[in-house]
Amino acid sequence: MSKHAKIEKNIGLMGILIALVVSMGGLVEIVPLMFQTSVIEAHPNLKPYTALQLAGRDIYISEGCYNCHSQQIRPFVDETLRYGHYSQANEFVYDHPFQWGSKRTGPDLHRVGGKYTDEWHEYHLMDPRSVVPESNMPGYPWFAEKLVDAEQTAAGMKVQAKWFGVPYTQEQLDSAQADVDGKTQLEAVIAYLQVLGTAIPRSYK
Amino acid sequence: MKTNFNDEIVKKFAIATVLWGIIGMLVGVFIAAEMAWPLLNADIPWLTFSRLRPLHTNAVIFAFGGNALIGTSFYVVYRTCKANLFMPKLASFVFWGYQLVIVGAVLTLPFGYTQSREYAELIWPIDVFLTIVWVAYAVVFFGTITKRKEKHIFVANWFYAAFIITIALLHIVNNLQIPVNWHLSYSVYPGAVDAIVQWWYGHNAVGFFLTAGFLGMMYYFIPMQAGRPVYSYRLSIVHFWALISSYMWAGPHHLHYTSLPDWTQSLGMVFSLILLAPSWGGMINGIMTLSGAWHKLRDDPIIKFLIVSLSFYGMSTFEGPMMAIKTVNALSHYTDWTIGHVHSGALGWVALITIGSLYVLIPKLWKKEAMYSTKLINTHFWIATLGIVLYIASMWIAGVMQGLMWRDINADGTVVYSFAETVKATYPYYIARFIGGTLFLAGMCIMLYNFIMTVKSKGDAKDIAGVAA
Repeated sequence: MSKHAKIEKNIGLMGILIALVVSMGGLVEIVPLMFQTSVIEAHPNLKPYTALQLAGRDIYISEGCYNCHSQQIRPFVDETLRYGHYSQANEFVYDHPFQWGSKRTGPDLHRVGGKYTDEWHEYHLMDPRSVVPESNMPGYPWFAEKLVDAEQTAAGMKVQAKWFGVPYTQEQLDSAQADVDGKTQLEAVIAYLQVLGTAIPRSYK
Repeated sequence: MKTNFNDEIVKKFAIATVLWGIIGMLVGVFIAAEMAWPLLNADIPWLTFSRLRPLHTNAVIFAFGGNALIGTSFYVVYRTCKANLFMPKLASFVFWGYQLVIVGAVLTLPFGYTQSREYAELIWPIDVFLTIVWVAYAVVFFGTITKRKEKHIFVANWFYAAFIITIALLHIVNNLQIPVNWHLSYSVYPGAVDAIVQWWYGHNAVGFFLTAGFLGMMYYFIPMQAGRPVYSYRLSIVHFWALISSYMWAGPHHLHYTSLPDWTQSLGMVFSLILLAPSWGGMINGIMTLSGAWHKLRDDPIIKFLIVSLSFYGMSTFEGPMMAIKTVNALSHYTDWTIGHVHSGALGWVALITIGSLYVLIPKLWKKEAMYSTKLINTHFWIATLGIVLYIASMWIAGVMQGLMWRDINADGTVVYSFAETVKATYPYYIARFIGGTLFLAGMCIMLYNFIMTVKSKGDAKDIAGVAA
């Protein structure tokens, strides 16, 4: 303990030791993942989000859907029965940021793609209790009136391609703005929901 | 009367703590009500749960908790170093800059400007500004330490120092992002890597903002109010280094059974279990400081706040490692149990230690003999405790119920309950939680009244030299 007195009398030394000690965990747990193939290589069936899907994803983020919905199916019987095949890391490599969530006030959405019709989603997003009477989800009626920010979507796709190497074709980047111009937020969000988790079939055994 | 700048700046932080606390908790009570009565938002976008929940978490953690931490750290550092705050103008900038960040949060989060990173939702321009404010804060704090007239750095300052350094590291690494326009940005990390970076941040926001910082507060205000030295000096050294080194490894327990590789999950679980020891070291050191003066627990409601906060700290740092065990987590994760756990820490530990410390601090800052009403402090204590118990008990029951209902399988291999049935079963608990939260908020309003009356009261005390042992 008497040796500790040296640290207690020297704030520079104490600061350096604190910085060293708190850096270890992250270096060991995070950095290797950046090189682990199963984490960083895309599933062969995984496609980058189209302009409309990405616009929907930006709205999903902006509205804070992650506060109540996870996108991560755990490898348990009840979860694979209820939500479909468990989630794999290689399905998320184009996700900047991730949307796994931490709470299920509503059900998991990772494989909601293709589970319901577009029309069901429209009713549900406008007024959730019109299709699920027990639901405590708020409605998002403004989705039907507001338009997608086409300029932002096109710029966003370019950022993803340039900085993160998301494999967009030049054609996709060029037509992005026109692809989403005039689309409603409702169309975009539904397009995003309908592609979620479709790289692996729900019923895959 | 000559004013002392050091106290003047701490006064501002004390006022901000109480006001932002009430606002943050009011938002919490409102969104709790929305979960029970979903029509409350009246289809108004900025009143919708999903937009307001981040405002609630940011307001209570960073506005209420943050102002309490920065304010008390200034007070503790200048008192224990027997030196004026380093660069007073910069200290003022820290106060106003920090309030500006909070106002920025209020003006962006409800309107859909968010990064969606839990407890780091603020958009990139605010993040950049916060970094500047934080560096200024570090300059004032560490600058004051270098000017100290005592050779030894007081133990509370170690914890504040670890809090300041680590939050800087977490904030910067977690917010590496490429801007698309003035409000939208994309995290540089892909999918699973992004998840672990975010929960490394998220868990240690708890570990360093909500724990290490508040332990600093504990190490000053409990010995001061109890009038006794810290129980064990040796224990403070051991648990300090053990706590800050093991906390940083525990993040992966937020991602059990996800697509995060197994080895990372297991490592996170092991360190979460280890974490129990240094956490309880701090609790024991704080509670045992009262040994030989246990009667104060009966006579002094401020001591009640301080000691009960440590009891909740001990309880939630026991519960945390248990929930980090994978088999327990399989049941608890994604349920309201997590929400109960968080609030036993946030209300029971963070808020109670802050409230207790403020009751010690307010009369000293405004040079009064004591708070206006000790009886109201006692009332506040009981209404707050009742509120916490109602809150966490209802969320525990709801969480375990949800976990059990979700995993229930029929003999023919189908799930017993639809998801909607589990939502329906939770409504009564959402209502009970709303009542618990309302009680806690009511306690804060009592505090505000007592605060105002203390400041307005006549009868100045003689200057109290408040340097702890």
